[in-house]
Amino acid sequence: MSTEQIDRQWTTRLRKRVAGKLPPEKVLPDTQPAYVASWIYVFGVATLAALGVVIATGCLLAIRGPQWWHQSYVGHFVNSMHLWSVEIFFFAMVVHLWGKYFMAAWRGGRSLTWMTGVVLFLTSIATAFTGYASQTNFDSQWITTQAKDGINATGAGAYFNVLNLGQMLMWHIVLLPLAAVALTALHVVLVRLKGVVPPFEENATVGTPS
Amino acid sequence: MGFFSHFGALVPLDHPGHYIHWHWFYLSVGNFIVICLMLATFIAALLLPFPGRRSRKENR
Repeated sequence: MSTEQIDRQWTTRLRKRVAGKLPPEKVLPDTQPAYVASWIYVFGVATLAALGVVIATGCLLAIRGPQWWHQSYVGHFVNSMHLWSVEIFFFAMVVHLWGKYFMAAWRGGRSLTWMTGVVLFLTSIATAFTGYASQTNFDSQWITTQAKDGINATGAGAYFNVLNLGQMLMWHIVLLPLAAVALTALHVVLVRLKGVVPPFEENATVGTPS
Repeated sequence: MGFFSHFGALVPLDHPGHYIHWHWFYLSVGNFIVICLMLATFIAALLLPFPGRRSRKENR
């Protein structure tokens, strides 16, 4: 195969494009700009850490099943870890959202980063809701019977039946986590591509002669 | 079980929830506390000094 033919392959073109846009030092940088040394920049990675615990404890719950998480001490513990990591996940994500909103983090060509964050927030709410709906206890029965009229009023009830436990569980452990993890990966890649948004005063000095 | 059942009893849950209700505004006390904590964390994150920030500035 000639060099020209190799250069035309989609694998070669994709590799060169990815390597050009995201070299290793940009994917895992050694340093960050000085303005990143603030607590407000911590909450994005805190959300990621909480998501890691959510997924790990969710996998354990999936392996052992409802009897285990309802009736055993370790099951109760892992079930509580799953709940509280979700609480921390949303807590950190909301503080992250406020921080980025007041920084106008969509500046400098970062609109896709902002929008993936918005969709990810909505996906996370849907994931948490289906989690509440698939606890298999009186709480989930109460939540789903309260939610069904609202969901049905939107017309979505024909496809998304909150009283169907099997469907809610599949959305919770397959479809929505896949979407959430894919969107998280895209969000992080976009942050690495464009860099962390600078504060307003730093942005104003960009391009001014020193 | 004994220890955990006593610990669980420290948080009484066998009563109706508490709500803040004013005209159209309706919010559980639990959610109100979480929102206050998020606001406090947000303000603290803006105001508290980050460890090592001064030395980094000096190195610039």
